[in-house]
Amino acid sequence: MRTDALRLMAASLLLIGSTTDAAGTRAIADAPLQITIPAGELASVLPPAPGVKTVRVAAFRLDHTPVTNEQFSRFVAEHPEWRRDRVAGVFADGSYLSHWRSATEIEPHQRNQPVVYVSWFAANAYCESRGARLPTWHEWEYVAAASATEQDGRNDDEWRQTILGWYSKSARHSLPEVGKTPVNYYGVRDLHGVIWEWVDDVNAMLVSSDNREQSSPDALRFCGPGALTMEEKENYATLMRIAMLSSMQANYTSKTMGFRCASDFGTHGRNKP
Amino acid sequence: MKRSLVLLACVAALGMSACTKQHAPQIVQVAEADTGGSRRGDFGPPIGEPIRAVLTSPPHVPPPTNRTHPARVIVELEVTEVDMEIAEGVTYTFWTFGGTVPGSFIRVRQGDTVEFHLKNHPDSKMPHNIDLHGVTGPGGGAASTFTAPGHKSTFTFKALNQGLYVYHCATAPVGMHVANGMYGLILVEPPQGLPPVDREFYVMQGDFYTVGKYREKGHQPFDMQKAIDEHPTYVVFNGAETALTGPKALKAKTNETIRMYVGNGGPNLVSSFHVIGEIFDKVQYEGGTRFQENVQTTLIPAGGAAIVEFHTEVPGNYVLVDHSIFRAFNKGALAMLEVDGPEVPEIFTGKLQDEVYIGDKVASLASVATAVQASAQGNLTVAQQIEAGSALYKGTCSVCHQDDGAGLPNVFPPLAKSDYLMSNPQRAIEVVLNGLSGPVTVNGSTYNSVMPPMSQLNDDEIANILTYAMNNWGNKGPAITAEQVAKVRATTKRAEGAAH
Ligand code: HEC
Ligand SMILES: [Cu+2]
Repeated sequence: MRTDALRLMAASLLLIGSTTDAAGTRAIADAPLQITIPAGELASVLPPAPGVKTVRVAAFRLDHTPVTNEQFSRFVAEHPEWRRDRVAGVFADGSYLSHWRSATEIEPHQRNQPVVYVSWFAANAYCESRGARLPTWHEWEYVAAASATEQDGRNDDEWRQTILGWYSKSARHSLPEVGKTPVNYYGVRDLHGVIWEWVDDVNAMLVSSDNREQSSPDALRFCGPGALTMEEKENYATLMRIAMLSSMQANYTSKTMGFRCASDFGTHGRNKP
Repeated sequence: MKRSLVLLACVAALGMSACTKQHAPQIVQVAEADTGGSRRGDFGPPIGEPIRAVLTSPPHVPPPTNRTHPARVIVELEVTEVDMEIAEGVTYTFWTFGGTVPGSFIRVRQGDTVEFHLKNHPDSKMPHNIDLHGVTGPGGGAASTFTAPGHKSTFTFKALNQGLYVYHCATAPVGMHVANGMYGLILVEPPQGLPPVDREFYVMQGDFYTVGKYREKGHQPFDMQKAIDEHPTYVVFNGAETALTGPKALKAKTNETIRMYVGNGGPNLVSSFHVIGEIFDKVQYEGGTRFQENVQTTLIPAGGAAIVEFHTEVPGNYVLVDHSIFRAFNKGALAMLEVDGPEVPEIFTGKLQDEVYIGDKVASLASVATAVQASAQGNLTVAQQIEAGSALYKGTCSVCHQDDGAGLPNVFPPLAKSDYLMSNPQRAIEVVLNGLSGPVTVNGSTYNSVMPPMSQLNDDEIANILTYAMNNWGNKGPAITAEQVAKVRATTKRAEGAAH
């Protein structure tokens, strides 16, 4: 429900965008490469319905790295309504792109760092400008469950501890550049240890903000209180992702929240392969 | 007015049934002493201008509210994620309420309306929230305060129940947020306030789980598996092994009433809170309204608190521990309270000597203290010397020479009626200071053994012991003075460490 509403808002904004900017649909030359992810099943931490254990994920394509400041700055140049000094408050809060040198320029060292301080609306608009979209939570979770060697590495203690290591570091440290972490099973990088990432259905992920709350079973599906729907409780790394995503409104931005785009299988978006 | 009503109730109860005669008054009494809990915690709407709450970092406690009416109190708490030392040379990324572990101390009065602002610093990586156990309402405020980095949430609650309450973060995964230090205390004062004391401290225990071993240097990440297994690497007070030791020790003076607000953040362990060398005169166990008196150790559950009070009499160092004692000595659960003031030997003498422990032979050493004092004042009597010497003899010499001074045949020569001892006081001093070995003849019997030097005893002690030995068990001799001992000590050369 809420997601649909958000999309409507986003769509109307894009419309405004395309009328004011003819170049709005031009391809971005150096968007991240997309990797084809084969269809499969996932034992999700957030099952789609009570009693349903696994989620079927259709084949899709996913950016192999998060979107960088440089890539996003090109988008902003072509879609000036997304400049930090022009964007409407309902689409991005006061911190939107606040780390850039100016509304249009980034600092040289930020070129290959993942773009952060972006709202869901902005991320969504960027992906749409590429003919792509944000990945769904289940798509993201499916690919992020892979370790370097296994399709589902979540039971590997060591791998899990490596992921948790990132959460043990404060956000005061500057961000690494994209593409520096090892590729995972699918050939995708940076799903862990770099940033949080927006997903398409973030507002449907109403994880209770109070982790211990319990509600009646029929409310689970929609209100999804943490303690009851989180299937793999010891999978804390995923749990933290979900907590972070559910704390964010679609116009919120944060120092460690970025994104990458996905496309349906067979469509290529507008980036070069 | 109320009393007469109670009386009436008693009479009624008495009249109704003879069986309840003895119990009825007691029941009524309990009912009267009941605070009424939240049902009687609402004193109406806040009066006057809103007040900004004074928040303090541990171990400090905000001043009493000193208010007689309910107010609107504004609390602004900022969540930050910071790298700090958990032990010397070991850093950890703590998630904090107000930059410290435990978080800032909040103090309000029962009936106050608290306007709570939770800010999450823009540099935070995580969303956070707060569940205050002193809140009446779902989640204790957790859902209302769920806050993304760089944002702020506000909610309001009325503090209906008095008491000392833990607050903590309740964001998924709760265990990890708590394990990283996200807890603190909020005191809801009873309407009449708490009795004044000389000093108040804020101490909170927590268990921590790091990938590296205890005291392994460097930055240590959180270890989820150890947390799930409940195998903490550190158990500390106020977020670090050294938070309340050395120069950061708590400080007080003798003759003061100390109140400690002690919390336990957990996440896992229950604390057996104890102060070595003190007895809690009063413990408001579980942070509630009733108190227990004369308590040695009080149990503080994870997510619970206690108010402990004691009066300081004797100067010195008092050690706060979790009496699950390996935690104190091997995981860091040690804090120090330094009490300054004049010695009070009639209550406690301090360490007088290092002695062999021999069970019931250890005598009361009060007489020794008296002698020390008299000697210092220059009016030591022979009787005092003998009394002190008697106490010192037990536990120092009696192991070998026996309580009755008779020694053991062929092994330890007698001191009672010993011609060796009585004929030459000067030589006796030398024996005690330097020990004795090789053949020696006492009352016609020859002993050939070793007596270790007793030079760890000071001049006063040796003088008193020998005066006792030479004027006891039928011995009749002179009193030995500390000066005599000092003279001998000065003229004898002794190998380093010979005392042991
Ligand atoms: C560990 C056992 C031990 C202790 C403790 C000990 N002594 Fe002795 N003491 C001996 C032995 C053994 C001898 C005989 C040494 C030898 O054979 O040369 C002796 C000898 C003596 C003598 C000389 C012989 C005699 O009986 O008159 C005196 C005096 C004496 N001790 C006094 C003391 C006093 C006073 C103390 C306490 C401050 C003391 N001793 C503690 C073992 C002990
Ligand atoms: Cu938290």
